[in-house]
Amino acid sequence: MRLEPIPNPSALRRVGLPAGALALTVLIASLLALLAGANPFATLGLILKGAAGSRFALLETLNRATPLIFTGLAVAVAFRAKLWNIGAEAQLYAGAVVTVLLGTGALPLPSVFLVPVIAAAAMLAGALVLLGPVLLKTRAGVDEVVTTLLFNFIMLLAVSWLLEGPLKDPMGMGWPKSPALEKAARLPRIVEGLRLHWGFGLAILSAIAVRVIQTRTTLGYEMRAVGLNAEAARFAGIPVGRVMVKTALLSGGLAALAGFSEVAGLKGNLTLDLSPGFGYTGIIVAMLALLNPLGVVVSALFVAGVFVGADSMSRAAGVPTYIADILLATALLTMVLALRLTTARIRWR
Amino acid sequence: MDILDILLSASFWAATVRIASPLIFATLGELICERAGVLNLGIEGIMVIGAFAGWMAVYLGTGLWAGVAVAMLAGMLFGLLHATLTVPFGLSQHVVGLGITLLATATASFAYRLSLPEVTSPPKIEPFQPLEIPGLSQIPLLGPALFSQTALTYLAFVLIVVVSVVLYRTPLGLALRAAGENPASVEAQGLSVTAIRMGAVIVGSGLMGVGGAFLTMSAFSSFFFEMVNGRGWICIALVVFGAWRPGKAALGALLFAAFDALQVRLQQTPMGALIPYQVFLMVPYVLSILALVLMSRRAEVPAALMVPFNKGER
Repeated sequence: MRLEPIPNPSALRRVGLPAGALALTVLIASLLALLAGANPFATLGLILKGAAGSRFALLETLNRATPLIFTGLAVAVAFRAKLWNIGAEAQLYAGAVVTVLLGTGALPLPSVFLVPVIAAAAMLAGALVLLGPVLLKTRAGVDEVVTTLLFNFIMLLAVSWLLEGPLKDPMGMGWPKSPALEKAARLPRIVEGLRLHWGFGLAILSAIAVRVIQTRTTLGYEMRAVGLNAEAARFAGIPVGRVMVKTALLSGGLAALAGFSEVAGLKGNLTLDLSPGFGYTGIIVAMLALLNPLGVVVSALFVAGVFVGADSMSRAAGVPTYIADILLATALLTMVLALRLTTARIRWR
Repeated sequence: MDILDILLSASFWAATVRIASPLIFATLGELICERAGVLNLGIEGIMVIGAFAGWMAVYLGTGLWAGVAVAMLAGMLFGLLHATLTVPFGLSQHVVGLGITLLATATASFAYRLSLPEVTSPPKIEPFQPLEIPGLSQIPLLGPALFSQTALTYLAFVLIVVVSVVLYRTPLGLALRAAGENPASVEAQGLSVTAIRMGAVIVGSGLMGVGGAFLTMSAFSSFFFEMVNGRGWICIALVVFGAWRPGKAALGALLFAAFDALQVRLQQTPMGALIPYQVFLMVPYVLSILALVLMSRRAEVPAALMVPFNKGER
């Protein structure tokens, strides 16, 4: 078989194939539910209900989506320029560490100044974490996929050391956790009484900002050009290496905001389980959004809903919560396939 | 001198060979994929599913070797999925690979919870036992290291030779290497690039599955969620370090394992106790990055690595 490009794919193709991918994902999830001895319709219903069935559920989903919007944006920005940043997890923790370092009494500032200063410092830390692998890529030709992946493990060990050493909470009863942030360093809630913090607002603003950068600035144009064809971009006089570095700084900074927002908005302190793989899930979020920053918000809500819904379903129906991970991985793979087939048709022979 | 004592101990050399074994399986697997032109980032998840499937099979009562076969089949199954998406459909090898890793890891976790819903600590199996080779295992230092290992370790070393011979001394190996260097030349020979690449990814993924199974069936005797712990990514670095050659890559695995065995032992020395244990645990990952940096200058990357081939296009 071979693939033959379709110049003008029909609307049916453009809508039908992604819808088919989604249907296939739901079908596989149903089969898994059956395998676990549960009613597939009830299982899917419970996931939906757990994700958006009540005010509590909805707020939980919004909270879970917040770090995913940041990591999704980080991945989307990088992948657009064909910079394979798989290290959002490490950059997230870098942001979280800086948030704790500066937010536990180091800076005697009022909240209105303190919070932005911490956010900016966190972004800088995340940017620097990604700068290493990117300089290795542009200067020495070292593949960034593996280096960014390996940095995740190094960073997690560094955080583990910090939490058992210099950053350990002396009142923590021996648990490896940091002291709590001072009140001035915390992100306030959007509406008093509702468990949703301004990290979510910041995430939406970041998505809009990324969109503006991509569509309205020279940097955005250069990033796209480098992603489409680095050789052609170089030939056109675009400084490819410098664009890569700028992309990396933006991407690492966005991922670090996830760590900042989780610590300053939700948890109030740093533990080793701050992120259940938000950095990696950001890849799914970005891909499902076709690397579109505003789409990232939507797909982060979807992905967060699946996780939150599956957790609550698992407690009720007894299907292991890992069904969420299978569902999302399947959605990712079927969606990239569906998109490929919208612009190409299969010719047997 | 602490380090000298460690280097002269038989247990250090035995541990080096033991730690290297799963890496050798998976590195050879990745090397086969990449030599045919396909980067397989599914390696981490495929090792997890191999570790789980082999262990589960043995727990359910199949023999040890049947467990290895199950692990290999599980790896091949995910390899087939990876190959289908990346070779004929030409999808991004980065995205598909990471997707496969997520899918395989999640499948292992799901199946584990499904089959053992209540347990808090995973059940143990009777793993492969060391097989002492009479006479040779009595040689000081070398004996325990090379001739008192489990059957799976011996298999890993046999495979280094087998993969080298197949790659460099057979028409199949030539076709496979050509698929990764210049796919059009393979088609000109009347062979199918698609078939060769898919075959390479499936076989390579099978080896990754066995590499994972080594962890649950030879090194340890149970399955833990985090047990692969980045070994797959390290193997990708080892392929680069070995300049895409089986012998060199295996040597890299041994060198790497030696550092790993050394850091575990240094932790227990009086000097090592002064340094946080996390620093020692970082050593494998830092070394992998260093290896990449050192080798990237004289990279001999297969020319068509990550370049999809669509018949009739040029």
